Amino acid sequence: MIALLLRDLRLAVRAGGGFGLGLAFFLIVVVLVPFGVGPDTALLSAIAPGIFWVASLLAALLSLDRIFALDFEDGSLTLLATSPLPFEGAALMKALAHWITTGLPLTVAAPALGFLLNLAPEAYVYLLLSLLLGTPALSMIGTFGAGLTVGLRRGGLLLSLLVLPLYVPTLIFGAEAVRRGADGLDPTGALMLLAGITVGGFALLPFATAAVLRINLR
Amino acid sequence: MLQVRNLSCARGGVPVLNAVSFDVAAGQALILRGPNGVGKTTLLRTLAGVQPALDGTVDFPEEQGAYASHADGIKAALSVTENLVFWAEVYGGDLPDDILEKFDLTDLRDRPGGTLSAGQKRRLGLARLGVIGRKVLFLDEPTVSLDRFSVKLFADWLRGHLAAGGIAVIATHIDLGLDAPELDLTPYRAAPDAHGGSDEAFL
Repeated sequence: MIALLLRDLRLAVRAGGGFGLGLAFFLIVVVLVPFGVGPDTALLSAIAPGIFWVASLLAALLSLDRIFALDFEDGSLTLLATSPLPFEGAALMKALAHWITTGLPLTVAAPALGFLLNLAPEAYVYLLLSLLLGTPALSMIGTFGAGLTVGLRRGGLLLSLLVLPLYVPTLIFGAEAVRRGADGLDPTGALMLLAGITVGGFALLPFATAAVLRINLR
Repeated sequence: MLQVRNLSCARGGVPVLNAVSFDVAAGQALILRGPNGVGKTTLLRTLAGVQPALDGTVDFPEEQGAYASHADGIKAALSVTENLVFWAEVYGGDLPDDILEKFDLTDLRDRPGGTLSAGQKRRLGLARLGVIGRKVLFLDEPTVSLDRFSVKLFADWLRGHLAAGGIAVIATHIDLGLDAPELDLTPYRAAPDAHGGSDEAFL
């Protein structure tokens, strides 16, 4: 299974793999928002948690359709399905590779961008923590959606429509954790729920993903 | 070692083959014949377990099966060696030393998969079979886009595989020069109005 993870990371780093694409998109969204909203610092700091989380969602969404589509087109998905590798494990590794190439870089970069949106100083640590706990769920839920739509023409649009509603709980609790941190309230509850969604997703969705992939490969 | 009894299979919910039965002993190959669309690929996919059978049984040591489809599963950004090493790792083995020679890939070992010609890609895809060390091979048109020399290379490798107790079920339109029985699938064609596609709910 590690071989699959390493292969996917290697493919992502090499030309055309899209490593850093999500991060660049995240940077641009966060940089553009102050231009659109105007120089009202109070307003910016009020909307900062929401902007960070919506930008993370969109950045994750950007590369989802590539998770299985390329492997499906060149036939390696069928070969993987008939290999001794458990398909559930393959789904898990795919989600992990997606997180390492999109979720992790933007988690690390987000605190550096906080000042652009005038984020309250107390909220930085919670921004980092909430992204760290929440973005893996974005990758795992997205992998399930990618498995569901693999092989469909123009599946990317359908994928967004399927996956974005499933991102809502993560978005709510993620932004809430940062907001409570900024207001000096206790964000533990929101962070716990965020971690719960991630852990639950990683426990259940690899099985669901493998099941829908098997149906799609028939 | 491979035993198929009354196997019926469907493509996209439409039954294509009905009650196919055959045996292949260790060290033997079976060539599948039949016109385009008769169901050779569907049969191979069913045997390999990619899709479920409508009816009937397929019996062989499951941890020994391997499938090679029309598509070779080659990653354009990985080199020839990296592509093979990946599959060796997935199957928990090492890269055999002579595998690159056997498929005439020695000079191409560091070339990215994306720059190979169609025939070279095919050779790389077939070399995967030598890497994964499986005995029961389901091969779908293995010689497409190979030149005559490469066909002979592959046939030689296949003969070695069979001599070592392997099995191969091969759908092909050309003569590989193997001393193997042929199975024409035309008589097993399912009736056009046959029912029983298990996927109907998904269509």
